[in-house]
Amino acid sequence: MTAMIDAERLRKKYLRDGMLPTIFCNGCGHGAAFDYAFRAFEELGLDMDKVALASGIGCSSRIPGYINADGLHTAHGRALAFATGIKAANPDLTIVVFTGDGDCTGIGGNHFIHAARRNIDMTVILLNNFIYGMTGGQLAPTAPIGSISTTSPYGNIEQAFNICELAKALGAAYVARWPIFHPYQPIKSIKEGIQNKGFSLIELLSPCPTAYGRRNKLGEIDSLWKWYEDNTILIEDYEKAMDYGTEEEKEAVRGKFQVGVFQNVQKPGFFEEYDKLVQRIIAKEDERKGGAE
Amino acid sequence: MILVLEDWCKGCEICVKRCPLNALELSDKLNKRGVYPPKLKAENECNSCKLCELICPDFAVTVTLDEEKKSKEPKSRLIIGGIVNEV
Ligand SMILES: Cc1ncc(C[n+]2csc(CCOP(=O)(O)OP(=O)(O)O)c2C)c(N)n1
Ligand code: SF4
Ligand code: SF4
Ligand code: SF4
Repeated sequence: MTAMIDAERLRKKYLRDGMLPTIFCNGCGHGAAFDYAFRAFEELGLDMDKVALASGIGCSSRIPGYINADGLHTAHGRALAFATGIKAANPDLTIVVFTGDGDCTGIGGNHFIHAARRNIDMTVILLNNFIYGMTGGQLAPTAPIGSISTTSPYGNIEQAFNICELAKALGAAYVARWPIFHPYQPIKSIKEGIQNKGFSLIELLSPCPTAYGRRNKLGEIDSLWKWYEDNTILIEDYEKAMDYGTEEEKEAVRGKFQVGVFQNVQKPGFFEEYDKLVQRIIAKEDERKGGAE
Repeated sequence: MILVLEDWCKGCEICVKRCPLNALELSDKLNKRGVYPPKLKAENECNSCKLCELICPDFAVTVTLDEEKKSKEPKSRLIIGGIVNEV
């Protein structure tokens, strides 16, 4: 059981020697994401020599550097393209990507769309903090309307990406969103995501006190974390309110971030289909050769 | 028991503020970073739920099951032929 995993042993096994403490700011949520990933790895009994990590650029993309496993820290937005390459070269590897909202849905948006559409077998842990944290707080495509950033000093007027809805529509096999302060749900989702043979997206809402919270007057670390608590709602509760609630109850939940598991389907991933294709062509070739003799 | 890797703590106080049993407080000793890492209160109701360990973003907290509390756990009793056996 998760609760009984010994943190000391976990740190020794999964953290790269001498790399901690992280570069993350005080109160940044990103650090918890890989603690959760370790617990999911541990519960699955993954052999870390059979795991390959990938990331792009950003605070969130620094995570593989702290983990005792092989990984590619790639170009901004290109984590999924590199991850696809690793999987193509060695389909036996379990691929886990750590990326940010800017990295994955801003500059890397097209890679994201196509990796999800092709249902490539990888688990993407996307840390959404509504902002480009590393470069000082430019507007990300995930920022809620009204967000203040260095590039939207008067408030954001652009509609935000709903990453999970997008992934769902693209047919990703596993799609979930959780706030970072609830440990057990993300751990379970990372586990389920890795077990799923297709494209798995786990979006974790991760507070960035430095570049987002401070500028948006969401207060100190504790009140920023609390803001997430007040502005998220379980998908089941949301649907219940929308189906059976009064007008006021509907209004109260409308603007909140729905969290939960949005999609979990079993279907063949890209490389499974690719393997079948290769087998089909070989069989046909053999038949043709056999016929010619 | 709560073990804190003091020099890994950045002082966010998330563990202190979110402990469901309000069992943690800031210690009075500054660490290398110039912040006060958390410690268990002298009087506390900590039930080793591990939430602090799980949500600390800096891997600074380890919750270990209390030896003292463990030994205080009631043993199950097996009564055979009127003789009480503690197992
Ligand atoms: C091609 C390219 N363009 C721009 C940058 C600058 N840059 C570095 S990180 C970053 C944003 C990262 O944001 P996000 O992925 O949300 O990660 P966070 O830092 O918020 O965790 C940008 C724009 C870059 N490194 N490379
Ligand atoms: S800038 Fe934001 S995302 Fe980056 S480490 Fe600091 S708090 Fe985290
Ligand atoms: S959550 Fe971790 S980093 Fe924050 S105060 Fe507690 S021990 Fe320190
Ligand atoms: S283990 Fe649970 S009860 Fe004990 S200090 Fe941590 S959060 Fe509080």
